[in-house]
Amino acid sequence: MITSQPENSHPTPEPVARTAGPLLSMRGIRKVYKMGVEHVHALRGIDLNIFRNEYVAIMGSSGSGKSTLMNIIGCLDSPSTGQYFLSDRNTARMSGVELAAVRNKLIGFVFQSFELLPRLSAIANVELPLLYARGNWRQRRKLAKAALERVGLGHRLTHRPNQLSGGQKQRVAIARAILNNPAILLADEPTGNLDTATTREIMVLFQQLHAAGQTIIMITHEDSVAAYASRVIRLSDGQIAYDSANDGYNPLSRGLPLPGAPSITVMPETPGAPPSTGEKREEHA
Amino acid sequence: MLNPFFYIRAILLALSQIWVNKTRSCLTALGIIIGVASVVSVITALTGLKTKVLKEFETFGASKMFIFPDRPDDAPRNKYPWEVVRLKVPELERIAIACPSIKRVTPTTQFGATIRHGDDARDGINITGIWPAWHEIENRQVIIGRPFIQIDESDARQVCIVNQDAIAELHLNTDPTGATILINQREFLIVGVVENQSTGLFGMNTSQSEVFIPFSTARKFQDPDDFFFIIAQATSPDAAEEAKAEISFNLRKMRALQSDEPDTFAIRTVEQVIRTFNAIAVVITMVAGGIVGISLLVGGIGIMNIMLVSVTERTREIGLRKAVGATPAAILVQFLLEAITLSSLGGLIGVAFGELFAFGVSAIPSFDLKVSVPFWAIAVSFAFCAMVGITFGMFPAIKAARLDPIDALRHE
Repeated sequence: MITSQPENSHPTPEPVARTAGPLLSMRGIRKVYKMGVEHVHALRGIDLNIFRNEYVAIMGSSGSGKSTLMNIIGCLDSPSTGQYFLSDRNTARMSGVELAAVRNKLIGFVFQSFELLPRLSAIANVELPLLYARGNWRQRRKLAKAALERVGLGHRLTHRPNQLSGGQKQRVAIARAILNNPAILLADEPTGNLDTATTREIMVLFQQLHAAGQTIIMITHEDSVAAYASRVIRLSDGQIAYDSANDGYNPLSRGLPLPGAPSITVMPETPGAPPSTGEKREEHA
Repeated sequence: MLNPFFYIRAILLALSQIWVNKTRSCLTALGIIIGVASVVSVITALTGLKTKVLKEFETFGASKMFIFPDRPDDAPRNKYPWEVVRLKVPELERIAIACPSIKRVTPTTQFGATIRHGDDARDGINITGIWPAWHEIENRQVIIGRPFIQIDESDARQVCIVNQDAIAELHLNTDPTGATILINQREFLIVGVVENQSTGLFGMNTSQSEVFIPFSTARKFQDPDDFFFIIAQATSPDAAEEAKAEISFNLRKMRALQSDEPDTFAIRTVEQVIRTFNAIAVVITMVAGGIVGISLLVGGIGIMNIMLVSVTERTREIGLRKAVGATPAAILVQFLLEAITLSSLGGLIGVAFGELFAFGVSAIPSFDLKVSVPFWAIAVSFAFCAMVGITFGMFPAIKAARLDPIDALRHE
């Protein structure tokens, strides 16, 4: 049911040229909300580098600022101060239209509650990002079908969301997220609405995508889910409290290998390195 | 800016939204439907009426004109008393001989009379005094017997011509020539039969007995001050203006009007009558347009209301669309297209009702009015609907476009 993508047929996940620098770089990111007269500091100085083909879990309790951080990474929100470079481009200098294009091309969102449009078929839901892209709308069916096949739903193209199980809905949402081969797959509690078995399915799918070269950033509050990632960042009171490689991480170790599945061993760029901050990472690079 | 796939999807989505919320959409579109149906009906009726009126006037001929007494506006009554203003027989005779651009001329005067034939007596029958040229000018030929001749007029003979309805009403023979009837106790010889008047507007004037007598004979029944008017026919439609000038010149001369004095008579051509009709049509169109404008306004507010509801209901959808890369402009266009689709569908149904009205009117035989919805009325209706959609869809669409994606995705 789960089809993995051989690496050679999977195009480069991000359209920008490969550089040695980080895919995502944050410098002194702060976010302050005004709640009436009070100022709420959601983020208090985040420095963070994430490299291509990392699989990062961002953890933290409610109010730790992880949602705010995700919104900033996803270019849905902008920081109060600090700089955020995505593919070496300063997002602070981008217009609203450019940010929309970044969300369209570089970011693939996966949400806790799937966010599928109920009246559209699975394939039409997956096509949605192409509505807002220039060009390649003529191949929309082909692209959407390919994306659904990658998540193992090639046989559910015309089903409506209400005809799909929770796990299948999330797969459709993942297909939508990876349609444009985004630089980052950004998942916000992707298994929050799923049972244990389905959670495992989705995590296996994430690992397959990761193995095929996809950079994944996942927000979660569950340790068991975070355990699938190659790097874990913990937020506390708007600051990074912990950032380390996941020692137990072993690509495709959980739930895999499936019988007959190709053995893929794509590793992060700096395997084994336990960088806690971006600075350390830069020394490596 | 956006790819064609976007527009196709947006319209399909709008149609599916309308289909899913059928009752709500129908109620919302009702204002538009009523507005468009009424504008289409009014335009259709007016166009049909105009065609018919023009056709009827064409049978009169464009070379025909009416001359009648007319007291100048604002003029003191004592300066232009009726005895001065009314037309006089010598003036009629002068017009008949001194105007080279006039081919035919007839006076027309009418009064009601009691007619007796045998034991049948009828009150209030319309008696019309005419000259022999009347038949040619009015295009109503004598079908049995003969028209009046010069000697009937000059001797004021007591002869008459009746129409077919009069034959029926007075129980005359099918060929009544040679019979006599009593008009106000005087004996008249029937010399001819004239066709009934062709069907008038909306089938009125269809059955009316008419009796025609020589003009000079009619004057003997009347007071010398009694009203009559003159119908003149120019040698050709092109000569109508010239004929008017000649009539005006002769009448002013006979009435010894100074150059600074206004005319004490009026000459109206058929064209002027049509112009008057057109002026009335414009007023009716404007009044109808006002009513339509109000109903479209009400309909537009309904659409704005429902679009605001739709934006609220679909806040999460808007958030998601923004997350996957929709620009505010794309969201704006999507909701505008939805409003336009809704109002245009209302317009479509309205046009259908208008067509139904046209069909219904055409199907009533006594109206004898063949109407169809003119293409431009449909085009105008749709243009209005699209405008209403844009105008009233703009505010909700802007509201949707401005939604913050984070708040929108959190919306319950």
